[in-house]
Amino acid sequence: MTEISVPIGSAISTARKGKPNLLVTLWSRAHLVMRINLVLFVLVLLVAACAQWIAPFGPDAQSLLSRLKPPVGFDGAKVGNWLGTDQLGRDLLSRSLYGLQLTMAIALIGSLISLVLGTTLGVIAGYARGWVGGVVMAIVDIQLAIPFTLIALVVIAVFGNSLPVLIITIGLAGWEVYARLVRAQVLAVSRMPFVEASVAAGSCHMRILFKHILPNIVSPIIVVWTMTFSTLILAESSLSFLGLGVQPPTATLGSMVGLGRDYLASSPWISLVPAIAIMLISLQVLLIGDWLRDALDVRLK
Amino acid sequence: MVQNLLSIENLSISFGRGDKARRVVEDLSFSIAPGECVAVVGESGSGKSVTAFSVLGLTGFNGGRIETGAINFTRRNGQVVDLAKADEKTLRAIRGDEIAMVFQEPMTALNPVFTVGEQISEVLRQHRGMDRQAADAKALELITRVRITDPARRFKQYPHELSGGMRQRVVIAMALACSPRLLIADEPTTALDVTIQAQVLDLMRELSREDGMALLFITHDMGVVAEMADRVVVMRKGVRVEEQAVGPLFAAPNHVYTRRLLDAVPRLGAMAGSTGPAPFGTDPAACQGKQPSSEALLEVKNLSTWFPIHKGVLKRHVGDVRAVDDVSFTIGRGETLSLVGESGSGKSTTGRSILRLANPHAGQVLLEGRDVLKLDQQAMRAVRRDMQIVFQDPYAALDPRLDAFEQIVEPLVIHNIDKGSALRDRAIELVRRVGLEDEHLERYPHEFSGGQRQRLCIARAISLSPKLIIADESVSALDVSIQAQVVNLLMELQQELGLSYLFISHDMGVVERISHRVAVMQHGKIVEIGSRAQIFEAPGQDYTRQLIAAVPVADPSRRVAPKLPAFA
Repeated sequence: MTEISVPIGSAISTARKGKPNLLVTLWSRAHLVMRINLVLFVLVLLVAACAQWIAPFGPDAQSLLSRLKPPVGFDGAKVGNWLGTDQLGRDLLSRSLYGLQLTMAIALIGSLISLVLGTTLGVIAGYARGWVGGVVMAIVDIQLAIPFTLIALVVIAVFGNSLPVLIITIGLAGWEVYARLVRAQVLAVSRMPFVEASVAAGSCHMRILFKHILPNIVSPIIVVWTMTFSTLILAESSLSFLGLGVQPPTATLGSMVGLGRDYLASSPWISLVPAIAIMLISLQVLLIGDWLRDALDVRLK
Repeated sequence: MVQNLLSIENLSISFGRGDKARRVVEDLSFSIAPGECVAVVGESGSGKSVTAFSVLGLTGFNGGRIETGAINFTRRNGQVVDLAKADEKTLRAIRGDEIAMVFQEPMTALNPVFTVGEQISEVLRQHRGMDRQAADAKALELITRVRITDPARRFKQYPHELSGGMRQRVVIAMALACSPRLLIADEPTTALDVTIQAQVLDLMRELSREDGMALLFITHDMGVVAEMADRVVVMRKGVRVEEQAVGPLFAAPNHVYTRRLLDAVPRLGAMAGSTGPAPFGTDPAACQGKQPSSEALLEVKNLSTWFPIHKGVLKRHVGDVRAVDDVSFTIGRGETLSLVGESGSGKSTTGRSILRLANPHAGQVLLEGRDVLKLDQQAMRAVRRDMQIVFQDPYAALDPRLDAFEQIVEPLVIHNIDKGSALRDRAIELVRRVGLEDEHLERYPHEFSGGQRQRLCIARAISLSPKLIIADESVSALDVSIQAQVVNLLMELQQELGLSYLFISHDMGVVERISHRVAVMQHGKIVEIGSRAQIFEAPGQDYTRQLIAAVPVADPSRRVAPKLPAFA
């Protein structure tokens, strides 16, 4: 935006000009712990994206001579395998890094699909009401009544087992929660006088939706997103467990936890390493969600 | 000398802790004798409600803390307790039994899942240890006492089945259950219609006389004070500014602030003999504004808006609620037509139908000769420039996520009228016009007071230079003194911009100030329409007379003996 000189209230023009960048505002509303958390989360994303170059070994490289080695610092650890090895002698650090990459891709894209799909349908149902809304809500009820695994089985039986299919299936698993929530919120907000005032001023539907309704329902959407994020990670692992998810030997954090099941008593680290990773990521996402909800709220300073 | 029932001494209450601590009540002292009615008056934020809560020992409930002072209450057995220091057990014994409370909003004060009878009898069972049967019998007696007709049937009804006035009677019945010595009423009639308000006030006064019960009456309405109080404590920003018996206070207030509060009260009849509207604080006779032209700006012909009632699984259409039924009127350029009536009379729906925010199913709305009900969406959008609306609740009428600048200029942006710096100039002009300042543009709605928010709403409404503004109870939610300022602003704007208003209100006092002509609505129909003088000085309908008679008169010397209200 170019500098504008206004004879009156030039103080305002300068202040307004910097309708400050959203990211800057958000960052300024984060306290120290949150900033550290944000930096760490970016780091996790980077590490996940660069797994190929960071990992010391290939994810599937077996070394039967160094099977079931504990992480460094325990008796019998092998230097080089920092987080130990599994029953086939695969390096857990490398597998975790590759697994992280796949898991993040599945969970992030999957949750975004359900968020966008659910929000769109929820907005339609809440804003259009009438029979359109009725149809959407009927679909939601049907989806809620069918077990997710059944849907997954059918989808994968029809379309085969591939990563995109898996991600879309996971995305389809969670949309109805958003649809219900968003519909209720839209119903409430669209009856507010400020929306009517905007209609009375001549706003078109798009403006009302994007300028007035959506910004006012962002908070609950974010909260639901953060709460379902960790569920999605686990949903992926349960699909893997059924043989529907990513197929062995490809590593995801969820499937790694599952594979370590038989060795829990003797070599718990096989499950613990990916499990701790899942826990930390979920925690990070929850914290970020909390912060986003507050930081986006103009009423809190 | 009689011992005081309640005496508050040097009471100070704070909210928050540390640097954020805020004194909301400062060194407050007053007392109530048995059987006396003391009114505590002040604007919102004056600490009057907090004081009332502290008497019940409920200060901690919303995060407050009594810093210093004593609240001495004389119990039935003659023992004096300091409620500021009493333990929870003592307080519980006193609450509801010796001190009872009536709240502003009767719907939220009642539990929606129990019948009103059960709720009253529960109080008795808890405090009096009565058995079910005795308690029910007493509850029925109480419902009869608060003059609810057909008490046996009402006893078994749920709160949502009763009207607002009846609900408030039930709340009063609950409060009276244990024959308290002190009844605290926190704005008990603010949420009610004028006619209902008059009935409830009468009832409270009468009951307190019958029982010799003292009243602590919290209100912002000087009219109500004049009707109820023996003595008045005026509060401002947590400090008592004046305390006097009601007669002298109205006759000769000592403090400027009290004077201001009194001036802001619309006095019915003050406008007799003048033709046009006159701002508060001016002499109506001296006020010669521009006269409205006789040319019609808006013509509403036979407008009907019905809401269908559907029943059953198949949503069978079983009937209609005739919210607006065959309504016709015209508004001239620069003219104010007031639409008055009780809640549910269809006034708001009429306003919303004109703007097509509700869907009328018959009739014509001619704006400068064009029927806006027949326009397609595109043409309608263009016409909306000429008609704007200002809503009742300024808290809900502004988008909480947009700052003042964006709120005000939204209509300009929608119609693509100004851009960039022109937009900013226009916004500055608008905020100044409604009496706000440039830097207010940066702020978000929650940073404004109710009156300031309403000014923003007005700025938004006039941004497109409309010809007609529909003011839907626009000042009803504001404190009396703020209300006067906003009404004055509306009148100034009318003079300057030649605006026409459809002023929807239930407050006859304000209506008398602002209108050229008045239409009275009841059950969706206009029962009477005429010039202000006609309606106020020679009303032709009983209903109109009732509405006018129900307005509290801000003059204690004209207080009439309570008339037994016939409540249907």
